[in-house]
Amino acid sequence: MSWHGITTVYVKELRDLLRDKRTVRSMIIIPVVVMPALTFGVGKIATVLVSKARAETPTVMVLGGADSPGVVARLRSEAKIRLVPEAADWKQEVSDKRIRAAVKLPEHFEADLRTGAALPVVIYDYQGELKSGFAAGEIEKFFHGLSTQTAKERLAEHGLPATLVQPFETRRENVAPPEKVGGNALGGIVPYMIIILCFMGAVYPALDLTAGEKERGTMETLLCSPVSRVDIVLGKFLMVLTSSLSAMALSLLSMAASFFLLGSLIAGGARAAAKAASGPLPMIDPLGIFGVLGMVLPVAVLFSAVIFTVALFAKSFKEAQSYVQPMVFIVIMPAIVGMLPGIDLNARLALVPILNLSLVCKEMLSGVWHWGYIGVIFGSTCLYAAAALALAVRMFKREDVIFRA
Amino acid sequence: MIEATNLTKLFRDKKRGEVRAADGISFRVAPGEIYGLLGANGAGKTTTLRLLATLLKPTAGTAVIDGHDVVREPEKVRAHVGFLAASTALYGRLTAREMIAYFGRLNGLAESEIDARIRRLADDLDMHEFLDRRCEKFSTGMKQKTSIARTLVHDPAVMIFDEPTLGLDVMTARAIVRFVRDCRARGKTVIYSTHVMSEVEKLCDRVGIIHDGRLLAEGTVPELLARAGETDLEEAFVKLSGIKEAA
Repeated sequence: MSWHGITTVYVKELRDLLRDKRTVRSMIIIPVVVMPALTFGVGKIATVLVSKARAETPTVMVLGGADSPGVVARLRSEAKIRLVPEAADWKQEVSDKRIRAAVKLPEHFEADLRTGAALPVVIYDYQGELKSGFAAGEIEKFFHGLSTQTAKERLAEHGLPATLVQPFETRRENVAPPEKVGGNALGGIVPYMIIILCFMGAVYPALDLTAGEKERGTMETLLCSPVSRVDIVLGKFLMVLTSSLSAMALSLLSMAASFFLLGSLIAGGARAAAKAASGPLPMIDPLGIFGVLGMVLPVAVLFSAVIFTVALFAKSFKEAQSYVQPMVFIVIMPAIVGMLPGIDLNARLALVPILNLSLVCKEMLSGVWHWGYIGVIFGSTCLYAAAALALAVRMFKREDVIFRA
Repeated sequence: MIEATNLTKLFRDKKRGEVRAADGISFRVAPGEIYGLLGANGAGKTTTLRLLATLLKPTAGTAVIDGHDVVREPEKVRAHVGFLAASTALYGRLTAREMIAYFGRLNGLAESEIDARIRRLADDLDMHEFLDRRCEKFSTGMKQKTSIARTLVHDPAVMIFDEPTLGLDVMTARAIVRFVRDCRARGKTVIYSTHVMSEVEKLCDRVGIIHDGRLLAEGTVPELLARAGETDLEEAFVKLSGIKEAA
């Protein structure tokens, strides 16, 4: 092994790939521009749409209620809903979104309310339709208030305290520090994104430097040089790793920047939500971020070596793509499982690649450092990565792989 | 100097079973000599040359190239060999200068030495006009000149040519033939594979006829014609290789 050979191959591959428009697209433009634009763009659109839907005063139709003028009048005085006159085709109107919901008051509702014999109030909404759901929520809130107030009035009539039906209240208070709240909320998604970005960043250069070179006929040219096969593999592999880590780092930086730039809406909303819930604003433990990046390194090596080896078998770039595409699911599945609630790190899961990273990163981002597991996961992933790299070298030395006709 | 002894290469093929692409091939090429390897498609020429260039490892036998054994010292062998084939392409996104410099570095040359070599090669091959242009935009002639410069950057003692004129236009093919002669004039050991009879007659000092992985006959062109009792090399080749002509 010679560093001169490795660096010569690496520098050439770097220069070559940076001149390739497809690489620039997959390594820089997609992670830096497209991914955050999609992630935050969709998020922003969703936020705007939800806010718009919330801001709308929904139109609600009261069915019946002629004998309950008091309730209808109170309902009409609600600022958050607008009543419209009853119509025979009310169902069609809800379906056509001309009105958002309808509420059916039973006959003699107001009178029965006083005697305690009132039948249920039925709310009609269009399930799955956001604005209809908001309207139904407002109606529910109104009748819940009416129900509570009626109960209190009745108790008062009998000289009984209101605490008779509600002897005590319960209250929830958060004791988790902000970074733990953030770790739990974002701990699943951040490692998932890092894993996917690392994988995607390695795909294009791995294919180009193996099957692509074979297809273009430059592999044979390179093999004529006196540099050892090991040096060639390591030089090329380092390029794939560079691409994997750069794509991941650039994406994270770009997402962080987008988050802060576009964050007025999102962060503002989160702050308001946290304030409303009397809770802390979610944060991520900064040390956790460094921990995650450290743990990702052997996984990036593993991805780069595995994709490199698989692509080496192909005769053309297209063939290599057909080999590598199914691997995306193998990577995504454990990353998704790691995001699921209720799956906790244990000794057995600590040895399952990708899933172990996803689980330990979730903990690190919430400030929990299980050093034993961290050591096992880092060590086992390094071993898997070393084995994958050794396999890549071995395959590169095989004539039936390199000169596969 | 090239000294091949009993070079054998077996491949496993799913349909054909065991294939003897090179079967006990032995020959010797001296410095300042052009040895032609003449054979039909699939005769074993490319496999033999890839064995000499250490791109493939022999199943049995060996070859010594400029004092280095292809089995024991493949990297040293490659440092003394320039290999040019129709299948050895250029990196399209590199310029001709970068391409030549890359192979200079891979061969362990110092930067100052690489610069000097590039200047000399560009003079010899008239490459100055396109030296700093990317190879992907080159004409076939420019590509061939750059490939030649790539094979010569480390000034190898042995040159291996595997059908270098395949698919080239007449003028570019003539330039290649001129270059091969020039290699001989400079005292290099040259092995040249082809199935074009006229190239063999024009270029080769000695010729080996290869068929089904075996070296069937060897000698100068007049010797081969005499042995076959023919006056035409093509007829002599058909007779000596034992190829049955299609009806």
